[in-house]
Amino acid sequence: MKSLGPILTVLMVIFAFWYLMAIKLNSQWEYDQAVRAKVEVGFWDILPNTMQQKKPVLPAPHQVLTGLWDGLAGQPITSKRSLVYHAWITLSGTIYGFVIGTAMGILLAVGIVYNRAMDLSVMPWAIASQMIPIIAIAPMLAVVVHALGASAIVTKAVISAYLSFFPVLVGMVKGLRAPEQMQIDLLHTYSASKTEILWKLRFPASVPFLFTSLQVGIAASLVGAIVGELNQPAGLGARLLQGTYHGLTVHIWAALIVASLLAAILVKTIQGFERITLVKMGMRK
Amino acid sequence: MTSVKSKIVIEARDVGLTFETKDGPVVALKDVNLTVTEGEFVSFIGPSGCGKTTFLRAIAALEHPTSGSLTVNGLSPDAARQARAYGYVFQAAGLYPWRTISGNIKLPLEIMGFSPAAQAERLSRVLSLVELEGFGGKFPWQLSGGMQQRASIARALAFDADILLMDEPFGALDEIVRDRLNEELLQLWARTEKTIAFVTHSIPEAVFLSTKIVVMSPRPGRITDVIDSPLPKERPLNIRDSQEFIDIAQRVREGLRAGHAYGD
Repeated sequence: MKSLGPILTVLMVIFAFWYLMAIKLNSQWEYDQAVRAKVEVGFWDILPNTMQQKKPVLPAPHQVLTGLWDGLAGQPITSKRSLVYHAWITLSGTIYGFVIGTAMGILLAVGIVYNRAMDLSVMPWAIASQMIPIIAIAPMLAVVVHALGASAIVTKAVISAYLSFFPVLVGMVKGLRAPEQMQIDLLHTYSASKTEILWKLRFPASVPFLFTSLQVGIAASLVGAIVGELNQPAGLGARLLQGTYHGLTVHIWAALIVASLLAAILVKTIQGFERITLVKMGMRK
Repeated sequence: MTSVKSKIVIEARDVGLTFETKDGPVVALKDVNLTVTEGEFVSFIGPSGCGKTTFLRAIAALEHPTSGSLTVNGLSPDAARQARAYGYVFQAAGLYPWRTISGNIKLPLEIMGFSPAAQAERLSRVLSLVELEGFGGKFPWQLSGGMQQRASIARALAFDADILLMDEPFGALDEIVRDRLNEELLQLWARTEKTIAFVTHSIPEAVFLSTKIVVMSPRPGRITDVIDSPLPKERPLNIRDSQEFIDIAQRVREGLRAGHAYGD
């Protein structure tokens, strides 16, 4: 509870700054309207209006919160106007892609650790793949995957997986190589096979590394799903783009807040699994 | 020599081992000849780089001699390993932190395919052998360093190997704990009648524990002296103040010094 004071203070400063910016940025439109209507207005005349425009440059916090509330609770959740509906679509694509990406990352890491040719060849390509801006490659990827006959969710999942395999790959390579030579020698004295060394030693030793990677991976997955939705009819990404087309800034901000809440929930969920697993494994006191 | 009738367990004939490194070949072992018979407690002592650990690893087939012949129970080290001839105890306990003490001790048993019933039976037997009854459910971090090392000895004993290979197992522990574990190890050796090969860099430890002390020297790693200890099998800690003990320690020290003068 000690941190509550500072948090509230920072929040109030942000809100105050946000209101000031909203007034400043939205006032121009009010002045323009007044000129068009040939009336003289002063600052105090337009002030209330700057905070209730339909398409403000920067919606005021209460407008965003109202929009958010309306999107979350004001609609049946199956409605296309419901943010819950769009968030669900994005979430399913995120999870789908995250599972594929995690599996890919783990498999590639095992390959790199066990196969010298893969050790030398895979990593440069993996790094190169992350150098390309996702916003540039996503539409092409989407077109190709869609042309192959994949459904909307698979198209999204591919982009999500493309972003999320990398942190898992990097973390798992480090994790699988974490055991000391002595621990590997110990298994050699039991004449353990490579598979046994993988299951009994390398995988358990990599678990803390895996969870760190998964937290980065799930966030990347969400970004991938949103970007993948930019040319799709539904999902938070679609909602963002529609908002841009129609200048519905309140919608954009509401969707952004839902996206960040979703990210926070996903990362917290992974952290929860991490805690339970590590306590169970005796690796956290 | 003292026990000609006993079965030969480890036999090294002109064993040499050369590591190929980036800076050229490094001779780790040269012309090593040694015979260890059943039930002996053999210590290898020498400064670092004398090849004592390398020789122990060669017995365990973790390294492979580049010349000469090395047999364990009459088999090649690889074949002996397959036949579960030895348990190996490393310098650090090396317990897996994600396994309980029981889980760690069961690790070799799982890999070697013992049935769950056999695993449980062996587990309780070796836990009592190293006096860790009641600690099976604990994780390694909940135990002291000495207890962890005892658990790692239990792990090496769990599958009934006749030979125990120990690479400076108490090197990282403080002297008080080390003394206690030395005494316990002697009791354990008396009870189980295993053959023990023990690497150390402590003269008192080597003299206190061993029936045979192998003094080694570096560059290249070789044996400079083999001392058959006249000390009785029953050894209280205060035997270290006896004249016999001091004499053997003196001979070990001279062997180490001679080896050093030779090398440098």
